[in-house]
Amino acid sequence: MKPAPFVHHVPRSLDEAVEMLARVAEDDGRILAGGQTLVPTMALRLARPSHLVDINTIPELTRIEVADGALVVGACVRHAAFHRPVEPGPLGALLATVVRHIAHLPIRTRGTMCGSLANADPASEWCLVAETLGAMLELRSVRGTRTIAADAFNLGYLETALAPDEMLAFVRLPLLPATTRFGFEEVSRRAGDYAQAMALAVCEIEGGVMRAVRLGLGAVEGKPRRLAEAEALLEGARPEPDLFRRAGAVASGLAEPVEADEEVAVYKRHLAGVVVERALLRAASIATDGSSHEIIRGVP
Amino acid sequence: MTAAPDGGKTFGRDVPRMEDRPLVTGRGRFVDDIRMPDLLHAAFVRSAHAHARILGIDAEAARRVPGVAAVLTMDDLRPHLSGDRLVTALPSPSFRLDLHRPVLAFEETAHVGEPIAVVIALSRYVAEDAADLVEVSCEALPAVEDCRAALAPGSPVAHSSAAHNLVAEFHLGYGDVEAAFAGAAHVFREKLWQHRGGGHSIECRGLVARHDPVDDLLTVWSSTQTPHPARQILSDLLRRDPDRIRVVVPDVGGGFGPKLVFYPEEAVVAAAALLLGRPVKWIEDRREHFVATTQERDQYWDVELAVDADARILGVRGSMIHDHGAYSARGTNVPYGAAAAMPLPYMVPAYRLDVRCAATNKVPVTPVRGAGQPQGVFAMERLLDRAAQALGLDRDEIRRRNLVPAERMPYATPLKTRGGMQVVLDSGDYPGCQALALLRAGWEGFAARKATARAAGRRIGIGLANSVEGTGRGPYEQVRVRVAADGRVRVATGAAPMGQGTRTMLAQIVAEQLGGDMANVDVVAGDTAAVALGFGGFNSRQAVVAGSAAHAAAIAVRTRVLAAAASLLEASEADLDVEGRTVKVKGSDVTIDLGAVARAAAGLPGFAVPGGQPGLDVTESVVIDEMAYANASAVAEVEVDAGTGTVTITKITFAHDCGRVIHPGLVDGQVIGGIAHGIGNALFERMGYDADAQPVTTTLGDYLLVTAEAIPAIDLVHMSSPTALNALGVKGVGEAGVIPITAAVASAVEDALDDLGVTITGMPLSPAGLLARIRQATTP
Ligand SMILES: Cc1cc2nc3c(=O)[nH]c(=O)nc-3n(C[C@H](O)[C@H](O)[C@H](O)COP(=O)(O)OP(=O)(O)OC[C@H]3O[C@@H](n4cnc5c(N)ncnc54)[C@H](O)[C@@H]3O)c2cc1C
Repeated sequence: MKPAPFVHHVPRSLDEAVEMLARVAEDDGRILAGGQTLVPTMALRLARPSHLVDINTIPELTRIEVADGALVVGACVRHAAFHRPVEPGPLGALLATVVRHIAHLPIRTRGTMCGSLANADPASEWCLVAETLGAMLELRSVRGTRTIAADAFNLGYLETALAPDEMLAFVRLPLLPATTRFGFEEVSRRAGDYAQAMALAVCEIEGGVMRAVRLGLGAVEGKPRRLAEAEALLEGARPEPDLFRRAGAVASGLAEPVEADEEVAVYKRHLAGVVVERALLRAASIATDGSSHEIIRGVP
Repeated sequence: MTAAPDGGKTFGRDVPRMEDRPLVTGRGRFVDDIRMPDLLHAAFVRSAHAHARILGIDAEAARRVPGVAAVLTMDDLRPHLSGDRLVTALPSPSFRLDLHRPVLAFEETAHVGEPIAVVIALSRYVAEDAADLVEVSCEALPAVEDCRAALAPGSPVAHSSAAHNLVAEFHLGYGDVEAAFAGAAHVFREKLWQHRGGGHSIECRGLVARHDPVDDLLTVWSSTQTPHPARQILSDLLRRDPDRIRVVVPDVGGGFGPKLVFYPEEAVVAAAALLLGRPVKWIEDRREHFVATTQERDQYWDVELAVDADARILGVRGSMIHDHGAYSARGTNVPYGAAAAMPLPYMVPAYRLDVRCAATNKVPVTPVRGAGQPQGVFAMERLLDRAAQALGLDRDEIRRRNLVPAERMPYATPLKTRGGMQVVLDSGDYPGCQALALLRAGWEGFAARKATARAAGRRIGIGLANSVEGTGRGPYEQVRVRVAADGRVRVATGAAPMGQGTRTMLAQIVAEQLGGDMANVDVVAGDTAAVALGFGGFNSRQAVVAGSAAHAAAIAVRTRVLAAAASLLEASEADLDVEGRTVKVKGSDVTIDLGAVARAAAGLPGFAVPGGQPGLDVTESVVIDEMAYANASAVAEVEVDAGTGTVTITKITFAHDCGRVIHPGLVDGQVIGGIAHGIGNALFERMGYDADAQPVTTTLGDYLLVTAEAIPAIDLVHMSSPTALNALGVKGVGEAGVIPITAAVASAVEDALDDLGVTITGMPLSPAGLLARIRQATTP
């Protein structure tokens, strides 16, 4: 489990990074962010990049701030940065809730939000958040800057719209109105494992009914998706367990797991309904039936 | 021998572990910490095929890589070895095929991961780069994946030289089983699948081999559980005087069974060090561990229980198919252990289990902590639960009626051990142990808790299992005890610690006789240079066999110390005692240093040796053939999420009896570790292969080991029924924790789902599988 030979490049600035990337892109040059996915893949020799452009020492990429109604997160911001709310509104609380489901603490201190988005694992929590909230991604290359929506960026199962010479420099997550409620539910085999299914429900409750409902499902299909049919069912309706069960059934019906194993596919389709229902119960602050286990990780 | 000490100066006390300080201050020395000038590094070229004929190996490109010292295949090694196979399986008349592992595969490979060639280079990086360039041309052959299909007529064969896949068959049993079933009031039958994974010690395997031409000594530092057997195999294979080979076990980061086996890599690296005249290191990485280190895997049981109208057991019978893997690396001891463990805690008048071991194109199977016993216990306990359920009896009641009662100890069963000796349950109070576990677990009050939880929409359940385990496998383990001229007490043995605190245990036993000062005792363990003979660590044996030898040697040395001191002090031996580092005349200030006694006892030319015997130095090998039987009762509490099929173990109560306890903290540690292992076996660990016998779980991301968060509150309860089989009264404890856990968890999960009638017939439980059963039961 030793990687094949590679050249390690250490740029000092974002501009220098994209220049280096442009030079080595042809030769399977890659960005090295937290390395929590890339390095193990290299150790198994499943990836053999001949050049790594290491962005870990670029100060401007550690940027995390609110600007123009969005939270801007640079490519070097680690998962662990979100353990405590990074902004006082519901978005900060949402990110702080979700981050605890990503891997284990040591991995969270290295892995990055942008690295997760660029890696586009179907079970990535950040990909689900970006999809559900409609994040905008800023891509840089020597050819210039372009900004695209998360949905257009993520092409499914480890595929993205990134060109070989392009890097994801910043992600912009829209702030959520102060009255927003959210619920996140994940099923995984062990604490810290990638999800088998997860759902994120976001809404406001006004005059006893749900508004601005966003419902995302992750880890079931090749990429996370919004569940428009279920959102329509919920929009303007009263938050009630029966309705949530129906929304879950809609999710199960829509889900098309990409599993070769039929037993796993059946299981994931079922889980899709369970996580959607439970995420909605959490968003509406209705206690789940108690059988779901919110796992508290070792977070300082 | 004098009677064993009980709660003495050091024996029976929670003394600080002597292993801890170096380990927690970063001064442990594991095999990979061993560095030396000129060290070369090995990487193995392994089979990518589950079964293939080797047509040719082209290593030219690899040999040309700068930094590569050698690429060796079997053809290169054969002239230097006495044979091309490792003959390491324990003998058994049950074998129908001889499947000895090649040192390096030549002709044919029989599992993915089998070593075919080795690259020796300046660094592991270079070695792996070059290993990638070794071209092995192969013709794929049909692979055998499923051990049941392997035995069906027309199955492909795992080895093209074999006519079939039946590696071994045997039956275990006694009594008139047919009559027992003919006369039974009720008969219950279960078809069970049981799977266990690998050992997965944190530290994988590894070794460094160095030949010193000055004294012509080949030293092998190996992360092995069995140094003396390893030396013998190396001696035979390399045609080298065993005195010119030293196998040393440095600090070991866990063994759990697989490291008791001698492996091809050990032979190849040692041979390479001799051939190249330079030290060579090989450190197994995790991916190799998944495909090259032995595992336990599948067993399929089909068993029946016959009881009378009062639910008293009349007989047990059935058959079992065991996945043996591609080769015989250790023998048939896993299925034998499983079959032998099944009836043990209970009075079973007639028993017969027919066992067939099937060759498959997978990693060889050898013992993992528990060595088949958890599977035997699972089979028995499942049958008892089924009977209790059908007869409307409480699960504890049916067991109470059938457990071997304390009054009948020692209880001679008609069973035989693999060595042909009668199984005699030496001591213990099995019903008392169960009662204690139930009491501590709040078994009586659980129904009320369950009803309350159910009303709130939660499914909780409780389960129970009993186990009896043969510990302290003989025949002996040699221990040398001496008092050196500096007054320090030196203990030396081939017993091999792998993290259990073996050094502390031995020091406690010896210090008890020789001054009671742990700080004055040094222990060298796991070193063939320490004593002439030895076995190592496996089968919960070292406290029993090495402990007994240490005790005997320490007493003998004490006798010599007192005799010599009596002569030096002109006192009577009866008035002397060893205290700390001195011998003291009781009730006076007269003392003499142990060092002074040792020097005097070494003698002077022309003078009489004080005490009459030269040297304060005794080596003992106390032979103990009979096994000491330890027992346990486990109660598991679980919660089942019926929406996801997820099982959470919320509490384990574990009552057990390992005889006299040498070190309470070490015993707790062993039991808790075993319980964690059992939880992994119940809920997580699964070594997956696809239909072509390609392994599909080869990282710790795919193969789920138990993690700290899955470990519930554990309540340990100790009983102590000293065995009469050794002077210390101790029984082994290293495997105790794991054995009844899968059975207790299965029972608890069934209890949580009792209204649905879901039955548990396999381990590990997968959420998807369990959910499918729940949904089957709930959809009309
Ligand atoms: C045991 C374990 C458990 C894990 N569990 C989870 C989990 O539950 N959920 C989860 O979401 N993740 C999980 N991960 C993955 C972890 O979150 C990774 O950190 C993340 O997927 C990648 O982020 P990184 O910064 O480490 O990227 P790296 O490993 O450095 O890179 C990953 C890939 O993305 C590319 N890349 C990285 N950053 C950029 C960029 N800015 N622009 C362009 N390309 C880029 C790299 O070239 C590489 O191809 C787990 C990892 C481990 C080891």
